[in-house]
Amino acid sequence: MNILELSALELGRKIKAGEVTAVEAVKASLEQIKQKEPDIHAYVTVDEEGAVERAREVQSRIADGTLKGPLAGVPAAIKDNLCTRGLRTTCSSRMLYNFVPSYTAEAVVNLEKAGVVILGKTNMDEFAMGSTTETSAFGVTRNPWNTDHVPGGSSGGSCAAVAADECFFALGSDTGGSIRQPSSFCGVTGIKPTYGTVSRYGLIAYGSSLDQVGPVGKNVSDCAAVLETVSSYDNKDSTSISRNDLDFTSALVEDVKGMKIGIPGDYMGEGLDEEVKTAVLEGVRMLRERGAVVEEFDLSLVEYAIPAYYVIASAEASSNLSRFDGVKYGLRAQEYEGLHQMYKKSRSEGFGPEVKRRIMLGAFVLSSGYYDAYYLKALRTKALIKQAFDKAFARYDVILGPVAPTTAPKLGESLKDPLKMYLGDIYTISVNLAGLPAMSVPCGLDGKGLPIGLQLIGDCFQEKKIIRAAYTLEKTREGR
Amino acid sequence: MANIISDETIKYVGILAKLELSQEEKESAGKDMGRMLDYIDKLNELDTSDVEPMTHIFSMNNVFREDVVTNGDDRSRMLENAPQQKDGAFKVPRTVE
Amino acid sequence: MSRQYETVIGLEVHVELATSTKIFCGCSTAFGGAPNTHTCPVCTGMPGSLPVLNRQVVEYALAVGLAANCQINRQCRFDRKNYFYPDNPQNYQISQLYLPVCYDGWVEIETAGGRKKIGIHEIHMEEDAGKLIHDEWEDCSLVDFNRSGVPLIEIVSEPDMRSGEEVIAYLDKLRMMIQYLGASDCKLQEGSMRADVNLSVREAGSTRMGTRTEMKNLNSFKAIARAIEGERKRQIELIEEGKEVVQETRRWDDNKECSYAMRSKEDAQDYRYFPDPDLTPVVISDQWIKEIKDRQPEMQPEKIIRYQKEFGLPEYDARILTGSKHMADIFEETVAICEKPKEASNWLMVEAMRLLKELEQDPEDMAFSPGNLAGLINLVDKGVINRTTAKNVFEEIFVHDTDPEAYVEERGLKMVSDEGALQKAAREVLEANPQSVADYRSGKEKAMGFLVGQTMRLMKGKADPGLVNKIVKDLLTNRLS
Repeated sequence: MNILELSALELGRKIKAGEVTAVEAVKASLEQIKQKEPDIHAYVTVDEEGAVERAREVQSRIADGTLKGPLAGVPAAIKDNLCTRGLRTTCSSRMLYNFVPSYTAEAVVNLEKAGVVILGKTNMDEFAMGSTTETSAFGVTRNPWNTDHVPGGSSGGSCAAVAADECFFALGSDTGGSIRQPSSFCGVTGIKPTYGTVSRYGLIAYGSSLDQVGPVGKNVSDCAAVLETVSSYDNKDSTSISRNDLDFTSALVEDVKGMKIGIPGDYMGEGLDEEVKTAVLEGVRMLRERGAVVEEFDLSLVEYAIPAYYVIASAEASSNLSRFDGVKYGLRAQEYEGLHQMYKKSRSEGFGPEVKRRIMLGAFVLSSGYYDAYYLKALRTKALIKQAFDKAFARYDVILGPVAPTTAPKLGESLKDPLKMYLGDIYTISVNLAGLPAMSVPCGLDGKGLPIGLQLIGDCFQEKKIIRAAYTLEKTREGR
Repeated sequence: MANIISDETIKYVGILAKLELSQEEKESAGKDMGRMLDYIDKLNELDTSDVEPMTHIFSMNNVFREDVVTNGDDRSRMLENAPQQKDGAFKVPRTVE
Repeated sequence: MSRQYETVIGLEVHVELATSTKIFCGCSTAFGGAPNTHTCPVCTGMPGSLPVLNRQVVEYALAVGLAANCQINRQCRFDRKNYFYPDNPQNYQISQLYLPVCYDGWVEIETAGGRKKIGIHEIHMEEDAGKLIHDEWEDCSLVDFNRSGVPLIEIVSEPDMRSGEEVIAYLDKLRMMIQYLGASDCKLQEGSMRADVNLSVREAGSTRMGTRTEMKNLNSFKAIARAIEGERKRQIELIEEGKEVVQETRRWDDNKECSYAMRSKEDAQDYRYFPDPDLTPVVISDQWIKEIKDRQPEMQPEKIIRYQKEFGLPEYDARILTGSKHMADIFEETVAICEKPKEASNWLMVEAMRLLKELEQDPEDMAFSPGNLAGLINLVDKGVINRTTAKNVFEEIFVHDTDPEAYVEERGLKMVSDEGALQKAAREVLEANPQSVADYRSGKEKAMGFLVGQTMRLMKGKADPGLVNKIVKDLLTNRLS
């Protein structure tokens, strides 16, 4: 038996049955990390010692019956923007090259309670700003399917780690597509839940009104199980929502009979790569075959999501990232004269170009005289986009489309033109503006052998519908 | 390009955001910002005069904590991250002359 | 100065609320901890931390707003005010700009010029900053976040005040009102009440506003009065010289009695306020407002009426006693124990006020227990000590909160009413002062006072004065031999 080929839930079952120990699983993962990291570089920090020690502790608690959950003993990776007490957390930025949090993010606490073993922290676009993981200050992550290509971003490290079997699942965060797009590029499954479902406490904020933590897994079942584990009402996060329908694994049902699925015409039109379109339509065909009722419709406002997003996300980011100033943690410039120069030098040395670009845009759109024209305008647009989705969900259970217009681009191609890179988020970004749950499931490969993802979007709190559709699609594809 | 971002604007934004840019960075920052704003101006095609700005997706309100002390002292762990510290405090360049 | 000028003043008053915990986290607001010991990830701006609003802060803000006749924003919100400074851990302050909790109110003040309403523009909730300590040995400052996140309300007045006197009356009024509500102890010296003064001058009769400056760092009523006078003169001088008043923030140096501009080219006054996405709106229902109104304690006007009715005090006395919530509390608790309102009132109105003045203290600084004052009143009432002794004991109570009974016992201060002992002392005095005796007997009645005084002195002030009087008189008139 090759442990690494198991899914997270399969491994959990085998650990519970005594066929594998948590320590063996962790050691297998660490060995795989050693093998793969020189090529992939999915991790910023690997906590070899901590993981083995923790696996021993978890194993004894499994043995004495105190840990019973389906993920007990399963090794996982955490995106490096989630705080982990005592374990360096960098946001892939020079600014936080040495930051060791004094507390653990609530989502990670929930995993720890379930007996998950943390292997380390995964690479990302700096402060989650980017779509390729190339803006990381600690070097790029490569796509395990073809190392000349990017893994996507910003949760590129998490998705690459899962795809390369360097962990059994991972946590990512999604502000404008940062879980779904790299999941699509890396051929893994990822869910961005409804805003407020997973606590943001301990998630280093990029765009607070858009950020959500979610799982990246080898399959739909793993994702549902992990989401069920990390979701919780948290009174430390004022935007956390108390829900009593967090039993997401109950939606792992192979049945879409009568499910109404809408495809926004704009998602399948101009700009979409033909191979991606073909693969997505193949997924549609399968769902139809299983009894889903699929039709195309006009979602409207699609082209306004990106500009609205960049105003809101940049504005919030400019404020969220002002705490990085060289006073309390992280990088402080070596030489400076006086307070203001200390601020400026520390921040200019600590942040990379993409982060600076967004901070400056954000400061500008909030500055005196521009607030109404840009910021309020964007918030009004957001309201309209939400209305458009409300209208769509009055007719459809699920909205379906591609995750990204193309498969993973080659390394170095995207950063040359920031605006063009931003346009790659066109199918994912409006989901964050409207707070909706959405997921990416593999639906095929292109001619170069790179994975293609299909996106399923649900109405707020309707994760179960998209999980059911995704599970049915996954099983149908497996059957071929 | 409709939006021309002047050097003064970039300098002003640099003061607001506490960023010190090289001449080269300033030029590209101006160009990038201008291009982004051109793109963002697309929002002006939309009539939003009757639309309330939406700050929060859900109409949640009155999320409170009760007035009870729950936190202990975490000073030493917190200060370990300080670039410079002295006497249990964060050390910074002198703030008044 | 040939022209006449009018001074236009508006105030921004910051008040630290009397909550147990900070506005957005469960850290203690207690004073005096070692640096950074009352901190957590939230109030030190650690990455990933999030704020959660303390309900009590809203309740106090509403209580103050209702007492100041304000309108309540039924949906209020928090905004971020963005600026860099080391005492501001997130480099943004969570405050309220667009929808403050209260707006459009007023309070009434009384000065020599009569009664006047001062408009309240708004009251908003916000977080306090940390403290910067300027190191004595090194060229650096040290940041202590213990005060970071302590809840504040900022009360912004309309520019309705015209003199330092009105400003002081307004501050006094706010302070008393807030103390009555229990929302803050409002100590200027300790910084739990701070006032920024916005001041402009204009020619008398003009309706146009002059350019205003904002003055900070005013930590006593005296400093505020001096700063207003100083700034008024400075602006008038500028205008007379044909120069412009610059709209700016100035820092008052009370030692040098002058202000200087707090300008820096590194700062743009552009705070980029926007709604804080980490906090949800606060919706204030009729029910909630009613609950707070119902819980509103008895305020000064009601107390004045009750003191007259219930305790038979004159209006003037009732007004003085209720001029400070703390004083009124001491009074009421003392009366509850000894049931002698007139005596309690006397002690507080005369002796306590005298000592406060001598010690340059506020009524809020009185730290003795009402039980000890009641004990003292009982000792006098029972004739255990005389009034002279009692005054000394009161000072002891006032300063050290001493138990009067134990103190009188220990020091042997009980009044001597033993006629034999008093007669013996009086005889000694008369024998030692034959001239005074002769004076009295030749008709100079005043001489008796001297002899009584000498006898009291001999008895170390502990004698029953009535009895001493009688004995001396009897001896002088040979009724005693």
